[in-house]
Amino acid sequence: MLGFIIKRTLIMMLTMLALSLVVFTLVNLEPNLRKLALEQNNNRMGQEAVDSWLDKNGYRRPFVVRYGEWLTGVISGDLGYSTRFRMPVNEALPKRLGYTGILAFWVLMTMVPSALLIGILSGMKEGSVVDRILSIVSVTTTATPEYVSGILFTVIFASLLGWFKGVANVNNITFENFTLPVLTMSIYGMGYIARMTRASMSEVMTSQYIRTAHLKGLPFRTVVLKHALRNALIAPFTVILLQFPWLLTGVVIVEKIFNYKGFGWVLVEAAENNDINLLLACSLVSVVVVIGTQLISDVGYAYLNPRIRVEP
Amino acid sequence: MMETLNLWEMWAGVALRFWPVWLSMAGSYLLMRSKRKQLGVFGHLLDSRVGITGLLIVFFWFYSAVFADLVATFDPLEQFYRYRRKPPGIIEAESMIPMFFGTDNLGRDLFSRMVHGSRFVLLIAPSATLVAFIVGITLGLPAGYKGGRTDSILSFIANMILSFPVIVLFYLLVTPGIRETILPNVMASVFFIFPIIFALTVVRSRYSERPGLMYPWIVIILILGAWLYSGVVFNADPLGWISMDPNELNIFAAVVFASSPGVFRIVRGLTMDIKTRDYVAAAQTRGETQWYIMLWEILPNARGPLIVDACLRIGYTTILLGTLGFFGLGLAPESPDWGSMINQTRGLIRLAPTIVLPQTIALASFVLGLNLLADGLREESLKD
Repeated sequence: MLGFIIKRTLIMMLTMLALSLVVFTLVNLEPNLRKLALEQNNNRMGQEAVDSWLDKNGYRRPFVVRYGEWLTGVISGDLGYSTRFRMPVNEALPKRLGYTGILAFWVLMTMVPSALLIGILSGMKEGSVVDRILSIVSVTTTATPEYVSGILFTVIFASLLGWFKGVANVNNITFENFTLPVLTMSIYGMGYIARMTRASMSEVMTSQYIRTAHLKGLPFRTVVLKHALRNALIAPFTVILLQFPWLLTGVVIVEKIFNYKGFGWVLVEAAENNDINLLLACSLVSVVVVIGTQLISDVGYAYLNPRIRVEP
Repeated sequence: MMETLNLWEMWAGVALRFWPVWLSMAGSYLLMRSKRKQLGVFGHLLDSRVGITGLLIVFFWFYSAVFADLVATFDPLEQFYRYRRKPPGIIEAESMIPMFFGTDNLGRDLFSRMVHGSRFVLLIAPSATLVAFIVGITLGLPAGYKGGRTDSILSFIANMILSFPVIVLFYLLVTPGIRETILPNVMASVFFIFPIIFALTVVRSRYSERPGLMYPWIVIILILGAWLYSGVVFNADPLGWISMDPNELNIFAAVVFASSPGVFRIVRGLTMDIKTRDYVAAAQTRGETQWYIMLWEILPNARGPLIVDACLRIGYTTILLGTLGFFGLGLAPESPDWGSMINQTRGLIRLAPTIVLPQTIALASFVLGLNLLADGLREESLKD
């Protein structure tokens, strides 16, 4: 097990290194640098002034030197200076990450239990009326991306009914203004997890040991809760963790719709203002989150399911 | 005083405008019914209620895209300054044509924009998915069949791309800055070489012992491939038939880049599963070449899951294109695609709540149709 974790961690480090190189190349392309120079000074700067500004601020040094400098900075915990917020990235980012953390926490708290419940209920008796209705519900939610459902919810619940607010505020989170962002994000992810749970549950329900439990005369409740659930929940566990890349994209969309100034908002700001260091830091954070959850899901799956042999 | 239609007149008008679509849908349905024996799994689809619903929704948007000029009442780009942010059913006084779904912030007819928006999605989403599939199949087959180092390297790259949140990828790859460089063309030139390689390999592995058939095919593929390639990648079609805007090429390349690793993983998994079957062992004993086994033994037997995945992936690509429009990335600002429309109208919900409905519902319904179609296909292919 330990060897497996070490191997996965090494692959993870390698992936991150390769990705950081790709991102660093992309954000430092010539047109981006030029735009950065224009934005940081006045927009009517001539070609020569742009070149001299870039030269003066060290953007013209060899690529390897700059990448090495950035990398050593990151390893020692210094992510550089954000040109958009005019402060070090280390000050600008953690606060926003915290706000998104609150959002993600509530999303997971609503999404996971309801998705599992839907999946278990419909997988328990495949083909039943409950199963059909819940399957249609989960197909519909997976077909409705956040920028559709978020807007429809705003129209219905904020404009027409006036129950909730269509704009969220990071400094003053209330039930009224926080419900719609959480609802929007959890509904999109819910369908997929529910479908996976359903598939896994219905597979378990047809297996021999469940038949045995039935024939022993155990009540249906006990069969489901004590025998089926344990094995049926292994697959959804990994699916939930592998949802994180989607969750991150969802965060960016939802934060933009509801003007919630968290991590996603920072990412959009960084990208739209050519804030090289901040964009690099944001990409790094997203990659760490995604790869980290992948690692946890791999290890957790191997741990939960003894049938999976771990090759060191 | 501006005249408006009531709700009933509005929906009746909309339904009438779609007449070519209804007609073609009925025609296709009847054709499918009469030929259901020859259609294989698509014929079985007619037995499943879920599948047929999905199929009809997909047909609806397909024919709307085909007949967009007939269905739409106005030019999608025409602006009526007197009719800005009007509610559904307002009648344009000069032509006396109703604006069924109202107008946007610049006085453009939302109904016509929605109908024309289907063209962009139905052109880019399936074709980008097709290219992504060819890339994924061409790389996934050898990775799954041969394993070893080929597999490790390709899987590492695929996992790397997949561990990148799509939105970050788009913000890095679909920007005006990127379009000033040659990067989109480089990416497109890499992706579009795959269909040509794929076609050549298919022909070579099939007719390797019949050069009389093989060489004509190779010549045809090379000429056709070179023609399409020059038109799409370099925008330099000698006949001038095929052209692609730099920003469309940029979007296309980014979308293929984002979805081919997923296809790769599925094809690789299926190949690893199928290569243990007896018929593959039989082909190996006959001394068939590796590519013959991969393309003519394994791939046809993997088609079921791949068709289902293709339906889902077209929907996913539609969502990706909407995301691009929503963030205002890559598309011309006046472009009538659904994502951009959502982005342009979402700020006006307070003033006119109905303004966002046509494009959001259009996008969601198309994706829903594809998902239902995939569900139906999966259900029917499991029955066999």
